Amino acid sequence: MTELAAAGALPKPKRDILPVLLPVILALAMAPLIGSGSSWVTLTVASLAMGMMIFIMASGLTLVFGLMDVLNFGHGAFIAVGAYVATLVLLPLAPYVQADSLLTNLAVLAPAALLSMAVSGALGLVVERVLILPVYGQHLKQILMTTGGLIVAEQALYALWGPQIIPLPLPTSLRGSFIIGDIAIAKYRLLAMLVGLVVFAGIQLVLNRTKIGLLIRAGVENREMVEALGYRIRRLFLGVFMVGSGLAGLGGVMWALYREQVHASMGNDLTVLVFIVVIIGGLGSIGGCFIGALLVAMVANYGGFLVPKLALVSNILLMVAILMWRPRGLYAVTSR
Amino acid sequence: MTDLLSLAGVHTHVGRYHILQGIDFGVAEGQTTMLLGRNGAGKTSTLRTIMGLWQASAGQISLDGQRIERSATPDIARLGVGYVPESMAVFSDLSVKENLVLAARDGPLDDARLDWIFGFFPALRRFWLSRAGALSGGQKQMLSIARAIVEPRKLLLIDEPTKGLAPAIVVALIECLAEIKRRGATILMVEQNFHAAQELGDTVLVMDNGKIVHRGEMALLALDVALQERLLGLSLETHQ
Repeated sequence: MTELAAAGALPKPKRDILPVLLPVILALAMAPLIGSGSSWVTLTVASLAMGMMIFIMASGLTLVFGLMDVLNFGHGAFIAVGAYVATLVLLPLAPYVQADSLLTNLAVLAPAALLSMAVSGALGLVVERVLILPVYGQHLKQILMTTGGLIVAEQALYALWGPQIIPLPLPTSLRGSFIIGDIAIAKYRLLAMLVGLVVFAGIQLVLNRTKIGLLIRAGVENREMVEALGYRIRRLFLGVFMVGSGLAGLGGVMWALYREQVHASMGNDLTVLVFIVVIIGGLGSIGGCFIGALLVAMVANYGGFLVPKLALVSNILLMVAILMWRPRGLYAVTSR
Repeated sequence: MTDLLSLAGVHTHVGRYHILQGIDFGVAEGQTTMLLGRNGAGKTSTLRTIMGLWQASAGQISLDGQRIERSATPDIARLGVGYVPESMAVFSDLSVKENLVLAARDGPLDDARLDWIFGFFPALRRFWLSRAGALSGGQKQMLSIARAIVEPRKLLLIDEPTKGLAPAIVVALIECLAEIKRRGATILMVEQNFHAAQELGDTVLVMDNGKIVHRGEMALLALDVALQERLLGLSLETHQ
């Protein structure tokens, strides 16, 4: 027994902070290249806001990947559906959206976002039961089924709302910028950053402070052992899938307001971006997903400003560079 | 003595491989049954089939009189089966405490039971808040066993607990398992270390090519060198 006790101190766990520092290093490295301080601040704030929105859309997908090894190429459908559902609230209530009062604007915006999350989450329930349940463990079929689901969802949106782009104006009080010296910071971008941080903090809180969160983290690492402890991981997965779909819906609303328009192919357009973020971050890693989203947004914004011709391939180049450095992403959680 | 666990004509196929080829045995309540055999004989497959991680393709498995061969793994675990896999499978990203919190399915951790466990495995108390991934191999095995006994279980399935551990740790681990056994646990244990098997086993089953080829008292097998050589290819003296 004594040998078991006399195991000595554990080696201090190495804190892997390099990925956390990457966005900071990238932002500081870009400052001299951009030259103008106000442009740098504007681009950095735009990157943070865009990164937070992408994170909200991608966070559910990374957990779905990590927890059940499910390749959901239809994740973009939840983004688009979320955005369209928001128009059901925001367009009929346009006078409230256009009112010059932050409280009035938020009183319309909040229920629109909640409804979008609820509908996307419910759609997630249907997709998991109908499309994904029959093809667990079969990657090729998962890709076919979920890609097919995305196409069906996109065509259904065309059928219901028509092919035209639907304008979705920002609420009046979220228009414009805060001016600090010669620096302009868009109000909506600040809101997007705030919402992104709240979502990130909420997910971290659940993952680290609740038994459900422990189960999710354990399931990402070894779902078989979680089942051997007596937990029905399929139910847990269904819950994670629904929450992830709901968050994608929230991300869709925020993205639509950011672009001030909704169209049926927006989910499809964002799918590649979201997948890049999930792969860069490491499958199943929320922290990695957060940093990956920020990096993708920074590369898009700084790259678009400095070398516009590179903008189209910048995200792919970023993914290649990260995977050459860390083949399983910034923070590898699973062995996949 | 009644059998807590019984298998009758159990077959298991994994893909196109016919792993278990009609095995029958019982595990008596309060006894430790050792499952021995050469590599690839089907020992781990037997535990995985009982646990529902692989579905039996034919035959019956009963736990405390209840048929479980078609049950899902979580349901089998909830009937009171603790499982310690060969790979230990501790959740390395979680702390020692979090690993045990998850294992305590029915409620909060019981302080008295934790003290009992810490009596065996003091290192777990010391590294309570440390990441399980940072533990040594022996400590991970301690955690894996602690996870299986953190709440009372009817049956413990333990797969090669001494595998890959330093000899000094193995001796200590045998003491721990012996203490768990003295508390009345029913154990079905796969073990390659014949010394450990001899120390802990009341009865023994020997497998070969997916079948049970010998069953009897552990003490008798330990005394019969010729039988050991015939069944296992090695004698106790050479297989420590």
